[in-house]
Amino acid sequence: MIDLGEHWAFVVSAYAVATVAVAALIGWVVADARRQRARLAELEAKGIRRRSGGPWA
Amino acid sequence: MTDGAPSVGFFSRLANPGHFLAWSRYAIAPLAVAAALLVAIGLWLALLGSPEDYQMGSTVRIMYVHVPNAWLAQLCYGVMALAALGTLVWRHPLADVTAKAAAPLGAAFTAIALMTGSLWGRPTWGTFWEWDGRMTSTLVLLFIYLGIIVLWRTFEDQARAGRVIAVFTLVGAVNIPIIKFSVDWWNTLHQPASVFRAGGPTMPASILAPLLTMTAAFTVLFAVLQIVSMRTEILRRRADSMQRRHASELSARPA
Repeated sequence: MIDLGEHWAFVVSAYAVATVAVAALIGWVVADARRQRARLAELEAKGIRRRSGGPWA
Repeated sequence: MTDGAPSVGFFSRLANPGHFLAWSRYAIAPLAVAAALLVAIGLWLALLGSPEDYQMGSTVRIMYVHVPNAWLAQLCYGVMALAALGTLVWRHPLADVTAKAAAPLGAAFTAIALMTGSLWGRPTWGTFWEWDGRMTSTLVLLFIYLGIIVLWRTFEDQARAGRVIAVFTLVGAVNIPIIKFSVDWWNTLHQPASVFRAGGPTMPASILAPLLTMTAAFTVLFAVLQIVSMRTEILRRRADSMQRRHASELSARPA
């Protein structure tokens, strides 16, 4: 077991805060990516086509 | 360009949104694996493989999450500032996408840097917060990030938003050297630079190794998240333009 000494609560809290925040960030990025892919698939399923050309083609 | 025709260079082709979607797909998995491996090695070094500091004891281990996030807080802003130049000078569509994707990531890393710094400050300095140069300028950086995120959401016309935010980003960039040199300019609780300084790092290899590994890990993690966020933003703009075109076709149709 790691001995974190008298200030163990601060060390554990810092790692916990960083872990939760990074996990939330990754989760949000992945969820947003899935949402946009699903939205595009839905639009294409409705028969709405992409315009050829244009900056986002 | 003497004849006035646009020359399509290597970088322009890489940066075309369609080409970007095509090549960046293959970068995600290797970068994600590299980030995971580096985090695993970094955490092992940080928690098991490194000694305690003779002054700070175990709280030195907070540095291994605090410093990488503080570094990324500023690197993200650097990416946004370069992208802002891309928007204003070259009007490149991918520059807008780069800037917009980086803002929430920068805000998150800045928030983590502030929170872990606060948790490090309490046992080492005896206070969670002090209104000194380094901490205050980093808090200002968080507010700048949040302001930029809000601005992106305020404008319906994202091309216009891109130009306004690019100017705002470049004005806000003045805060970055203030953060960097705050520890030299003002009396502060925060320690001065100890890694990237003239004369080399001031810390032993046993502490430098986990610090650099964790910094590399977080930097690669940022690269993956940035690429994925940029791809998402391109898809969002595609879907938006498809929806707009569809709506205008419907309204043009005779009733």
